Amino acid sequence: MSMDREGNTGRSLVERVKEVIAQREFSLFLVLVLLSIFMTSSSPVFFTWANAEAILLALSVDAIIAIGMVVLLISGGLDLSVGSTLALTGVVTGLMLNAGQPAWIAILLGLITAALVGLGNGLLVARLKINPFITTLGMAMMLRGLLLVLAKGKAVLNLPESFTVIGQGRLFSVQYPIFVMLALVIIGEILVRNTRFFRQSYYIGGNEKAARLSGINVDLVKIFNYCLVAALAGVAGLLITARFGSSSVTVGSGLELRVITATIIGGASLNGGEGSVLGAFLGAAFMAVLANSLNLLGVDVYWQNLITGLILIVAVVIDVLNEKRKTEQK
Amino acid sequence: MTVVLQAENINKSFPGVLAVDHVSLELEKGEILALVGENGAGKSTLTQILGGAIRPDGGRILLDGRPVNFNSSADAINAGVAMVFQELSMVGSLSVAENIFANRQPVSAANFVRWRDLYRQTGDFLKRFDLDLDPRRPVKYLSMGQQQILEILKAISTNPKVLILDEPTSSLTESETKFLFANIRRLQQEGMSFIYITHKLFEVFQIASRAAVMRDGKYIGTRGVTEVDENDLVAMMVGRKISNLYGQSEKKKEKDAFFKVEGLQSIGLFHDISFEMQRGEILGLAGLVGARRTEIGRAIFGVDRLDGGRIFLNGKELRIRNPQQAIRHKIAYLTEDRKNLGLFLNMPIRENMVAPALRDFTGAVDFLDRSRLRRYAWKKMEEFSIDSPSSGKKVLQLSGGNQQKCLVAMWMSIDPQVIIFDEPTRGVDVGARAEIYQKLREFAAAGAAILMISSDLPELIGMCDRILVIHHGCISGEVRQQDFDEKIILSYAAGLQDCADKMRAL
Repeated sequence: MSMDREGNTGRSLVERVKEVIAQREFSLFLVLVLLSIFMTSSSPVFFTWANAEAILLALSVDAIIAIGMVVLLISGGLDLSVGSTLALTGVVTGLMLNAGQPAWIAILLGLITAALVGLGNGLLVARLKINPFITTLGMAMMLRGLLLVLAKGKAVLNLPESFTVIGQGRLFSVQYPIFVMLALVIIGEILVRNTRFFRQSYYIGGNEKAARLSGINVDLVKIFNYCLVAALAGVAGLLITARFGSSSVTVGSGLELRVITATIIGGASLNGGEGSVLGAFLGAAFMAVLANSLNLLGVDVYWQNLITGLILIVAVVIDVLNEKRKTEQK
Repeated sequence: MTVVLQAENINKSFPGVLAVDHVSLELEKGEILALVGENGAGKSTLTQILGGAIRPDGGRILLDGRPVNFNSSADAINAGVAMVFQELSMVGSLSVAENIFANRQPVSAANFVRWRDLYRQTGDFLKRFDLDLDPRRPVKYLSMGQQQILEILKAISTNPKVLILDEPTSSLTESETKFLFANIRRLQQEGMSFIYITHKLFEVFQIASRAAVMRDGKYIGTRGVTEVDENDLVAMMVGRKISNLYGQSEKKKEKDAFFKVEGLQSIGLFHDISFEMQRGEILGLAGLVGARRTEIGRAIFGVDRLDGGRIFLNGKELRIRNPQQAIRHKIAYLTEDRKNLGLFLNMPIRENMVAPALRDFTGAVDFLDRSRLRRYAWKKMEEFSIDSPSSGKKVLQLSGGNQQKCLVAMWMSIDPQVIIFDEPTRGVDVGARAEIYQKLREFAAAGAAILMISSDLPELIGMCDRILVIHHGCISGEVRQQDFDEKIILSYAAGLQDCADKMRAL
């Protein structure tokens, strides 16, 4: 048979470098660097600590959720309810705090609430085989309604400092949420790339039937992934609530599509089986830097939407063309 | 000889059907046992029971003389029975290594994958099979045939005592098939036993030592391959002698060219394709997998763009840029891939049947005339003996043979004059095959010209008036009916020097 040249032992440095360059993450990183260089030269504000912190804080919410979202997309799932899960976590935690609960109990209850939302999504999708789009869309609508009931349509204000410190506190003059994000991205990247448990998601998204036949507990992994993304949405919800010192019922609207966009730009596919945490993070970072840049350049917000949508489509088109080329080369 | 796997009185019914009816079967150590039967004979259900994917209603399985109880295919694999399914289970974005050792990657104590070990282990494993393939390469960049081979290697990598193969060569090229057979024989000598399901009966005689036949869920018998020939096996499979599967050509052909193509070309795919067909003629296109026969058919039908060449019908040149135009000229193309490209699986039979001719079933202002549609569908279902209680049944729920008959009926709705039929009987059982051949004869007798693309040589030889052989996108030979011979056709299909030169010159 005509097969490709092997290279299983002692690969040269050149080969390794080539492999890295061929990765989606590398080109995305490059684009990010180029965009930053361009912005530094065209806006005096861009390369300042204040601006960088603003970008990173905005990014922290999207990036934390994107970690869970990419794992879910890899396993062939989808969650449109992360925005409302984020809001629900904030409101539940805020109400607990205002009812006089200590911060750690309020936080724990908030996270449990979030995870329960994920469990609900996961059970519906994995056990009852309901389409993830429908399940999580319905869940999102239900949660928004529930939020209005719980908070009686108003924001929850005056949260105690024992809680707001997790969003506002600083270490080396950097706000905590940024550290939380970086830690979660690094841990997530290592685990998803290297542990057998997370690799299972690739098999499930790539071919669910075959995954089952390889002895993978498909339902369990799927349910876990829905819980994971919901819990991470919960974490993001806590951080954003603490940062603002209040929880609003409308926070996180439209966030789910932005996060999904980021993961797709980062190399994930709605068909499952593809993607990485690092890619998702870089995708989210790219979108955050882009939004910031467009603001600094004084681009109208309407144009910003147009440009973001265009970039999503261009990224996917490049991907499709690339794949085609590689397959034809063979 | 010792028996390695034994099925005793296996019984399995699904709602409405007795899929496996008290079947007993013995597989000897180091044996390759072919399992043959028509679609729906119960081969797949039986092997899925043996492979742990389905639980039987009754009976027992003995492995090395001990009764075993499989709750899942993972159980069966652990016990030493592995199965390769027809569908691919590869994950495109993952490497060769991660696919072969799916969920069996070497891991550290903390469940981290040990990549170095995984790649080395895969490299060693591939070397055992003389496969020069990078363990790190994502599977999506491999050809279908290579993926199919990996699929089989994945099962072999569990080191099974018994390996069940379900039509492993359906998407393999000639050389890949040879490679597979050589490795199967080697593993057989090392003591591995095989159950080999196939519809290609000639393979039975190439690779197996015995053939077990099933029909209607029942075990019919096992024969040594030296005791029987293909016809005997077919007789066992269908329960009756099919005396003349292909029928007889009925009508004298007209002399004039009815349909003609000249110098068809698609850069990088095929080149200089010219032929003529008379009314009533069945012209075969033979060739190996990958010879570009399908591409030629698709290009004539306007699915893919032609880079050059002319098409004539009745002496008039046609301009065909898309399938709508081809259909308007009463050209039909019946795809080899009925599930993905041919039929609307989730739609009722009747709506499938009029899909290419929807325009003819509308009344005023584009509204569909449902009662006419229904009547038409019933008439066609009868004509094509499509076996279903209602025309509202989803095509998905029909057997392969009935689906194929639907596909034929569907295209007859445009009253075609030129029929391009790609693999007319792939995955179709013998009974339905005879009916499809009969229909083709009728269309030809009624004056249509039929271009039949097929990888099944006996079928081409049985049906065609003339056969063109395609090799690497060129016509490498033309064989007339009086010269029909498998060896001659195969030697053309394997390629003539001048044709390869022509392609290189492009």
